[in-house]
Amino acid sequence: MTKALTEALTTGAADRTFRVEHLWGTAIGVDVRGPVREGALDAVFSWFARVDDLFSTWRADTEISRLGRGELTVEQASPEVRTVLDLCRFVELQSGGAFDVTFGSDPRVTPQPGRGPIDPSGLVKGWALDRAAGLLVSEGVSNFTINAGGDVVTHGRPAPGEMWRVGIQHPSSRDQLAAVVGGTDLAVATSGRYERGDHIIDPRTGRPAVGLVSVTVIGDDLALADGYATAALVLGRPGMVWLDGLAGAEGMAITGDGTVLLTDGFDRFRIS
Amino acid sequence: MHRAIPVIAATAGGLALLANFHSSPSGVSIARAGAPATVPSTESSAPPAPTGSTPAGSGPPTTAGSRRTLDGPVVPTRYGDVQVRVVLVGSQIVDVQALKLPNDRARSVRISDEAGPLLREETLRAQSAQIDLVSGASYTSDGYAQSLQGALDAARR
Repeated sequence: MTKALTEALTTGAADRTFRVEHLWGTAIGVDVRGPVREGALDAVFSWFARVDDLFSTWRADTEISRLGRGELTVEQASPEVRTVLDLCRFVELQSGGAFDVTFGSDPRVTPQPGRGPIDPSGLVKGWALDRAAGLLVSEGVSNFTINAGGDVVTHGRPAPGEMWRVGIQHPSSRDQLAAVVGGTDLAVATSGRYERGDHIIDPRTGRPAVGLVSVTVIGDDLALADGYATAALVLGRPGMVWLDGLAGAEGMAITGDGTVLLTDGFDRFRIS
Repeated sequence: MHRAIPVIAATAGGLALLANFHSSPSGVSIARAGAPATVPSTESSAPPAPTGSTPAGSGPPTTAGSRRTLDGPVVPTRYGDVQVRVVLVGSQIVDVQALKLPNDRARSVRISDEAGPLLREETLRAQSAQIDLVSGASYTSDGYAQSLQGALDAARR
């Protein structure tokens, strides 16, 4: 997550502003329909940079890395870090330990010597996007999407009378979709192991989780959706049953043999 | 959707009591269970966190010597009610118990394959469609390249 690698692209039209930067080891794109102050977008990307400064497990100087080395206590940490750890604890309790902040259960983060063991990566991206969305709303921006490496927040509408259409990546066919969901205010998180072929480790057993190739969760907020998607992937097929019982979250999972598992209310969001 | 954040933060704050009280007895207060203490000022549009019908610390504290038991408010959330009990000796919190936790933790721990048929199954089909953005686990540098490309594509549309 080197900020030196940060790239920026801004395109502007009268009715649309799109900006993407490289942060958190991925691309973060903000797409605004209608007017937006340049300063509002600056504030959003400053926030993303701050999140990296606090939470990156790839840098030694972040609060999360210092917590992991015991150089910082939770009480000394910033309010943002404490909030995220609280949220992680919440998902850990709900999932019976399938989500575990003291374990690098997120396949996207390789355990680093001397960095860890605190790793909220399974949730922090979603949480940061929720906050970013709140920033934009407080700036009076009412129609936008934010996409950070596949975790998505939408707000308002792309155009009057239309809803945002979010494709869910097909796990084995890069240029295809597995489904399309639609809505106005959506939070969509996907956890999967198709891209690098990594195993995701079950913190309860220390062994690779099996069963599901990808899990997409649509929730009321992206922080929990992100955490739930990570936990469900760890839990495997039973994780989808677990998800089905949670309020405020619907899920779609794809198994290794190409079976799609859907929670009861998923069709509410589904377009195709 | 984002309006729900303070509720979650408050809920999680209550849970944090469970996790943290040993290490910081003086750093937590019962009010955290019902107060959006961790909500950032940027979310000014957010409503105040809901409060239950029982105000924090209401009712006569149970006194045993200097030991007091205080029940926090029942905080209704979309995820269920949350209520925390705090045991104090003098002004020190010596124990925190969850009286209510959302989503029936026992249930989430009991999950098993037996309930599998509850889920709807279908066969994966590849499809393409006019979309605004893609959700997927693209996170590596390869993913970055793809994602950036997607962003550029979107910008061009």
